Amino acid sequence: MTSSLLPTAAPPASGHSRRRGRPSRRFIRRAAPLAWIGPAIILIVIVVLLPVVVMIQSSLQKISPDGFVLGSAGINNFITLFGESALSGVLLRTVIWTVGVVAVTMVISLGLAQLFNARFPGRRVARWALIVPWASSVMMTALIFRWALDPNNGVVNVVLHDVGLLKAFNSNEADWLGRPVSALAWMMVVAVFVSLPFSTYALLSGLQSIPEEVYEAARIDGASYWKLYTGITLPMIRPAILVATLINVINVFNSFPIIWEMTRGGPGYSTSTSTTFMFTLKQSYIGESAALSVINFAMVIVIVLVYLRATHWKEQVD
Amino acid sequence: MTTLVTPTATSRVVARPPSSRRRGGAASAKKLILALAAYIVAILFLLPYLEMVVVAGRPAKELLSRNFFPTHFDWSNFATIWSTGFGGNLSTSLQVAGGATIVVLVVALPAAYYTARHRFRGRALFLLLVLATQMFQPAAMLVGIQREFLGFNLPSPTLSLILINAGFNLAFAVWILNAFVSSIPVELEEAAVVDGCTRIGAMMRITLPLAMPGIVTALIFTFISAWNEFLVALTLTLSAPDSARPLTVAINSYVGQYSIDWGHLFAGSLVAMVPVVILFAVIEGRVVSGLTAGAIK
Repeated sequence: MTSSLLPTAAPPASGHSRRRGRPSRRFIRRAAPLAWIGPAIILIVIVVLLPVVVMIQSSLQKISPDGFVLGSAGINNFITLFGESALSGVLLRTVIWTVGVVAVTMVISLGLAQLFNARFPGRRVARWALIVPWASSVMMTALIFRWALDPNNGVVNVVLHDVGLLKAFNSNEADWLGRPVSALAWMMVVAVFVSLPFSTYALLSGLQSIPEEVYEAARIDGASYWKLYTGITLPMIRPAILVATLINVINVFNSFPIIWEMTRGGPGYSTSTSTTFMFTLKQSYIGESAALSVINFAMVIVIVLVYLRATHWKEQVD
Repeated sequence: MTTLVTPTATSRVVARPPSSRRRGGAASAKKLILALAAYIVAILFLLPYLEMVVVAGRPAKELLSRNFFPTHFDWSNFATIWSTGFGGNLSTSLQVAGGATIVVLVVALPAAYYTARHRFRGRALFLLLVLATQMFQPAAMLVGIQREFLGFNLPSPTLSLILINAGFNLAFAVWILNAFVSSIPVELEEAAVVDGCTRIGAMMRITLPLAMPGIVTALIFTFISAWNEFLVALTLTLSAPDSARPLTVAINSYVGQYSIDWGHLFAGSLVAMVPVVILFAVIEGRVVSGLTAGAIK
């Protein structure tokens, strides 16, 4: 009935044999790709490449808080930036934030992927719950956690008080977001929470690509569950783990809404990462903020280079 | 019809027995435990959003009380929010997300089709450029974006936000459309050409309809990420009138220096979230391959 879908129905592709034409025709053939990919190139240049140029340029300029260029600054913006007493703390926190959130996310999603890959009734519905944090705006998710941590009547404090772990409301103890260490810890929890859905789905895709026969053979040989997992599952989903990890690193490093909505990077700069610090600086010291952006961007480039290697992107493109 | 035994049909029949094998009571007990664990995880993921509903339905007088649920629910926040100018913000978000989606479709579709069907000099470089747009997020170059687009002096920030969101979501669309077009045999188009179609006609009538799931995925994904985008919108609408701010920025403005309008904040959040969560459920199974540039299928 669907005879036109059968490959045999298609005649040999002789209709458009390539002929070497006159120079004008050759030019048209050379330029043909541009008609198709040109708009994409223009959009990328305007939105992605030019901002990088402007950013680097701004990092070398003296700029007033309202945005006027007052002349060249040489490397003064970088010197001021490295003189900031808050900078070392910010960079250290950026490392803790990125490494901590990604590591915890990946470990938990390995478990979740295994769980959601198993067959049980209602699996589809259960998986849908996972996409809610993924599809929702991260800033809104961060705000509900800020509400839940309110020192006066946040749900977290109410529960802790009910079980006897919290002595008094409105105390220093109850003010989770007022203390730098506990604030950072809670924000990392939120960052893990919103990173889990993508990571779990990515690992699920990896798990689904493993043919069942591989396990059958190993089971016949009497391998234990743990042996199957470390011997077959983990090595087979290694590429998925690697790619998901690197994408998470980029996302978490660049993450802004969680910290901004929960503490604004404060008190002081004590819960800032380099992304939120860049944003705070931008409000009055544009040149210095551009200098920090240049450094952030350099870090992103390093991560991207690792990513390109890890995904063997060249082979994929062909 | 069923008498037609193709190679794929036979291999499916062979593959069936191991997967549908049944074991006794131990297996069903294990299944029950797994299901319970998964349901608990699912509820944990939903809890913060259920709490959002509870806060949005709390009467203003009970916003400081320590009960898990208010004595009664009062949904007036969902009505009064419209008098705070929320309608204007909703309309701005629709324009930004809708506009970005259209731009992505117009720009990504030809690029994805051509790179899937043709090998040409510069193809790999172009695809690398596209990949870069996915890896470099606006946060890393925010100062540059702000200074460049303010310099353009566009009449409203909406236009800038459309372009920026389209640019940073281009990669997802190109990857997923490229994969879909590649999976459609070129012979189908050639057969149509032999039957009298033009090459463009063959693309429009044969390939694009077959690639429709990919197109829908790309459109919905772009719409959702532009809808949820916060940092660039916050930066570019600083001096804009209230109604020119998209939902995320409007909701952020309920967070005051000394007090927060929690009821409206979460009522607004729910209005913003529910439609995109439903849209996301449509494309859920195809998102990963687009986000990982096909590295995970």
